Amino acid sequence: MTATPEQQHAPQQEHLLPQEHPPREGHGGGPTSPADGLGPAERRVVELLRRTPAPGPVLSRLHARLAAEAGGRGAVDVAYTTVATPVGVLLLAATEQGLVRVAYDVEDHDRVLQALADALSPRILRAPARLSVAERQVQEYFARERTRFDLPLDLALSRGFRRDVQRRLLDIGYGDTRSYTEVAALVGSPRAVRAVGSACATNPLPVVVPCHRVLRSDGALGGYIGGLAAKTALLALEQVA
Amino acid sequence: MDEHGATVLRVCRAVLGSHADAEDAWSETFVAALSAWPSLDAGANVQAWLVTIAHRKALDVVRARGRRAVPVERALEPPGRQEPEDDEVDALRSALAALPDKQRRVLAYHYLGGLPYADVAALVGGTPEAARRAAADGRRSLRTTLSREDTR
Repeated sequence: MTATPEQQHAPQQEHLLPQEHPPREGHGGGPTSPADGLGPAERRVVELLRRTPAPGPVLSRLHARLAAEAGGRGAVDVAYTTVATPVGVLLLAATEQGLVRVAYDVEDHDRVLQALADALSPRILRAPARLSVAERQVQEYFARERTRFDLPLDLALSRGFRRDVQRRLLDIGYGDTRSYTEVAALVGSPRAVRAVGSACATNPLPVVVPCHRVLRSDGALGGYIGGLAAKTALLALEQVA
Repeated sequence: MDEHGATVLRVCRAVLGSHADAEDAWSETFVAALSAWPSLDAGANVQAWLVTIAHRKALDVVRARGRRAVPVERALEPPGRQEPEDDEVDALRSALAALPDKQRRVLAYHYLGGLPYADVAALVGGTPEAARRAAADGRRSLRTTLSREDTR
């Protein structure tokens, strides 16, 4: 970004072609000349044309309006937003059924959204209004003003045993902890300790479905999708309360 | 979505002139795109596809308002919608608004939407060569109008 004003205004060859598909220019038949054979004055016109503004604030406003309109017409299957918390920025995503995904920064939100598109529907839109209740509850939780989440959940991203385990995790109360072995017993498969571990590791709704409350039998932390620092932070937050 | 949002807004503004109309067309374009998205081929040119939808939605907006796309009615727009623009862009906007409909569309779809003339022709009718000529005519009028402004 060191271009001087002179450089920016100099007629530059690459600005003059429709940049997206120069090879397809010939499609239209007729001779294809670089830059459409424009003279300097016409190049300036084209350059000016391309300078038509599309201001960020207008686009943001349009985006918000789109979220409202598309949501109202059922054109959005997955709405998402992000919320800043003491354990980093969390991505919250919801379907019509309820909260479907909570993702830590370290999971890479772009990849999470892509995975949601693949697994659920590509009709995904940032629509904070549709997540306002979830967002508020998450903020209250981190402010120690809330000890249980009262939200419709959509467990569409997990199946079978993992889903059973994740549902059961909701019974582990705030500030309480269980071992992987205890959870295995709770779901009626006492020997499936490792499978409980992987159910926790693949929990699509961390924080809200409290897999952070499951520890190893020797008291060690075990793993955590958001990293061990996040797990420690959540446990500390709940202990102080 | 974020990258194409700006392109589609530019196209809609150039075609419709009025910012309010352009915003309506923009919204309709993306609502339609969201609905149709699952049926889009993986390899499709998303920008070209969106410009095509924007073209139809712009026509709808014009039809809904029951008038031709003769723009520049800034006075009717609520305050706060207007952003400061430099004089040149402003002059261009008026010049663009004064162009015949087809020329304005061809310029917008080709230069702002990135469509090759063959695709532009499919939208506005006529042959690719005719679209190319309309673009040349449009550029020439813009040039003339703008140079008149310069010497004023």
